[in-house]
Amino acid sequence: MAEATAAIHGEHEETSTGLNNRKLLMWAFLGSDCMFFASLIATYVVYQGKSLKGPFPEDVFSIPITSVSTFVLLMSSMSMVLAYAALRQGSVKSFRIWIFSTAILGMTFLGFQVFEFRDFVHEGLTLKTNLFGTTFFTLTGFHGAHVTLGVIWLLSLGFHSFKGGITPDNHLDVDLAALYWHFVDVVWIIIFTVVYLFGVFPGIN
Amino acid sequence: MTTISLPIPKRPVHPTGVWSWITTVDHKRIGILYGVTAFIMFMTGGLEAMYIRAQLARPGQDLVSPEVYNQLFTMHGTTMIFLAIMPMGAAFFNYMIPLQIGARDVAFPRLNAFSYWTFLFGALMLNLSWVLGGAPNAGWFGYAPLTSSAFNPGDGIDFWILSLQILGIASLAAAFNFVVTIINMRAPGMLLMRMPLFTWMTLITSFLLILAFPVITVALIQLMFDRQFGSNFFLPAAGASPVLWQHLFWIFGHPEVYILILPAMGIVSEIIPTFSKKPIFGYPVVVLSGLVIAFMGWMVWSHHMFTVGLGPVANSVFALTTMAIAVPTGVKIFNWIATMWRGSIDFKTAMLFAVGFIWLFIIGGLSGVMHSSAASDAQQQDTYFIVAHLHYVLFGGSIMALLAGIYYWFPKFTGRLMNETLGKINFWLVFISMNITFFPMHFTGLNGMPRRIYTYDSGMGWDLWNAVSSAGAFMLGAGILLFLYNAITSARSGEVASADPWDGRTLEWTISSPPPEYNFEQIPTVQGRDPFWAQKYEGVAMVPVAGGSGENGGHSIHLPQPSYWPFVASIGIFIGGFGVLYINAASWIGVAVAVIGALITMIAVYAWSLEPVNDPDDGAAH
Amino acid sequence: MAQEPGTEAQGAAVHTGHPTPFTYFKVAMVLSAITAVEVGIFYIEDLGKGIIPILVVLSAAKFALVAMFYMHLRYDSRIFTGMFVGGISLAISVTLAILGLFQFFV
Repeated sequence: MAEATAAIHGEHEETSTGLNNRKLLMWAFLGSDCMFFASLIATYVVYQGKSLKGPFPEDVFSIPITSVSTFVLLMSSMSMVLAYAALRQGSVKSFRIWIFSTAILGMTFLGFQVFEFRDFVHEGLTLKTNLFGTTFFTLTGFHGAHVTLGVIWLLSLGFHSFKGGITPDNHLDVDLAALYWHFVDVVWIIIFTVVYLFGVFPGIN
Repeated sequence: MTTISLPIPKRPVHPTGVWSWITTVDHKRIGILYGVTAFIMFMTGGLEAMYIRAQLARPGQDLVSPEVYNQLFTMHGTTMIFLAIMPMGAAFFNYMIPLQIGARDVAFPRLNAFSYWTFLFGALMLNLSWVLGGAPNAGWFGYAPLTSSAFNPGDGIDFWILSLQILGIASLAAAFNFVVTIINMRAPGMLLMRMPLFTWMTLITSFLLILAFPVITVALIQLMFDRQFGSNFFLPAAGASPVLWQHLFWIFGHPEVYILILPAMGIVSEIIPTFSKKPIFGYPVVVLSGLVIAFMGWMVWSHHMFTVGLGPVANSVFALTTMAIAVPTGVKIFNWIATMWRGSIDFKTAMLFAVGFIWLFIIGGLSGVMHSSAASDAQQQDTYFIVAHLHYVLFGGSIMALLAGIYYWFPKFTGRLMNETLGKINFWLVFISMNITFFPMHFTGLNGMPRRIYTYDSGMGWDLWNAVSSAGAFMLGAGILLFLYNAITSARSGEVASADPWDGRTLEWTISSPPPEYNFEQIPTVQGRDPFWAQKYEGVAMVPVAGGSGENGGHSIHLPQPSYWPFVASIGIFIGGFGVLYINAASWIGVAVAVIGALITMIAVYAWSLEPVNDPDDGAAH
Repeated sequence: MAQEPGTEAQGAAVHTGHPTPFTYFKVAMVLSAITAVEVGIFYIEDLGKGIIPILVVLSAAKFALVAMFYMHLRYDSRIFTGMFVGGISLAISVTLAILGLFQFFV
């Protein structure tokens, strides 16, 4: 039964493990990217509270606004998974709607980031100002760069589907993008907690 | 893939000459490209070493200025590690892994080509620094704040940073490829615990690479931001800690040294059984010790920082973990010796180098254990005692094993044997001169000679041993030149080799020397370790995969097609890297060049993903 | 294939079921609820340093939900889980070690 299901889902490949090469590659890449973000996060945490001068996190962070952008990104993960499910069920049209929705939600998140960064700069916080500025902009900036690459990838898939390039047969192409997208969301979950919530909670220091 | 009308050029069909090399995706050709480039880089690093030893041969010399001397040792270290040893390992991974596991190529042939070209451009960028304002000069480990723009205003460090990032991309791409290849493309019946040990060590090394490189990527990004954009990652005036650089660097740096030695151990684990006509003693233990070394390698990094002032708790913890990691390392030595015990030993050149490796690595390991005590390391750190240790493990270890591997697999690559007489002279010359060069450094080190000094006063008690080291170094240079001579003349007119010149044990010896483009006419089914030996002497035939391609003498095998895009993507990275390098100096021009480079790479990647597959019959072996 | 290539992969290509779009929607609601709770307790200042373990647990829950359901790890080969968890474990360990070395827990 498992074999039949697997065959329908196209997951039984002629490889030593039965797993698809590209999917294995993506998971190896995500494991590797964990170390990338861990190094940036560790740097941020080590320097937390050590800036010699302001602005400090409590001066600039707005938890309500960032909660909204966090929610937006979480919803984009849901729309991504619905895009994939729609494709598996054979509906390229639904797939298209959901994947463009994901890209739009991703761009909304980026929009929030851009506005937030501009606000901070107006309040005197830049990469050069202090340790907080240096570590904050680098960490969230690289996360934002990952999101941007993800948005480009999703848009490409969406446009590709107009030319008949995305069908239930090559669902793997979407699966790979989805894994990457969810990973980017998951990294933000950590950043939101460690940088924003821990950074501003009054009782913490 | 349905038809898509986009203006993407078709993949090249049967390219010839230079184009066939630029567009190749054949793992064997890529292996040769890596090997030749790495050897040229090895000699470049060796030349840098010759300058260093000439300068230090006698006290009070000024053959080179202190500024140039700093560039020499920085480039020597960076070149040897990133441009010589690692790519030479990659050459072997590339050529041998598919052959050892019974595959026709790696999992991602174009990504493989991309790794090579990116490595080449990284090597080019680093060496261009010599003529574009000066090479990096802050050691191969680039400690902050010496590498900050305040203390190091030239472009040298920026070249170092960008080159290492580019080389990092190359290494990561290759490592991902080998993880997937080894896990997913083994011949039927080749369970993980039946793989050749070189393949196992390659798998472990690849995991280390994909987990360790991101850390140095971040460290280099942070340093670059400090230098180019004025951030504060390592700026004490802003409250930052330069020690953070050291931590991030060595969290990468220590796994890196296992990345340098595990492939070498894998090679030795192939050669010793072959030339002892015995299976490796304790195969599961050798595998397990490799895994344990890789795991524990993450827990020892601060032993490079014993004199930084981390405090007694940190120093004690890392001293203990460092002592502990000597155990799995030592275990392998016993496995190799036990393999030779009561074996029918044939001291061909490859075997000489492999046994020489064991001897020299033991010495290097012993001095390593001496460093593991934080207390005694307080005297040894930053002296020539460490230089002695590292050269025993990296030259006496890695390089000896790589040379052994070349002697061993040369017939497979070229179809000809390297000359045995020259080989034996080569071995003894290298072995003896290596000891003459590096053993005295134990003495100068314990007598207080610091590292990275461009000269020293007479009467410190260092004169004699420095002179001896320098003489040894020149002998060693001659030894390497002899090796090169042997390799070149043997490739041209050496004795023709059969498929199996050494009475080998593993799958690569079942196919012709050199192998056909498709490697195996029929993929074999494997039933145990050392499957070729079992077939030859134990009656265990390797039944080919039924219905597998290749029945028509290879004419129905579909091979991956050549492609332009890996090369183009690498060029984009190279151009982009230069743009980023000059952002500080040339702001908008630097940004523009960086953007152009990024666009070229993105277009190449996009085209790569959409690349049409040529007519399958076009690619049939011919 | 005459010989099963995945001889050692008995559990590898198992496919034990497939979540429905409604499941995905439910997960999204749980994720939103957890986020709301995180933001909510953020305003309870009396928690002091106690908020750290609470937020860590809540974030870990969100992480696990996305990984298991959206990234399909619950239904896919354990090899994928192994690679991802391996990377995360190393990342967490190294981060904690760095923090320890900088006297974060003193």
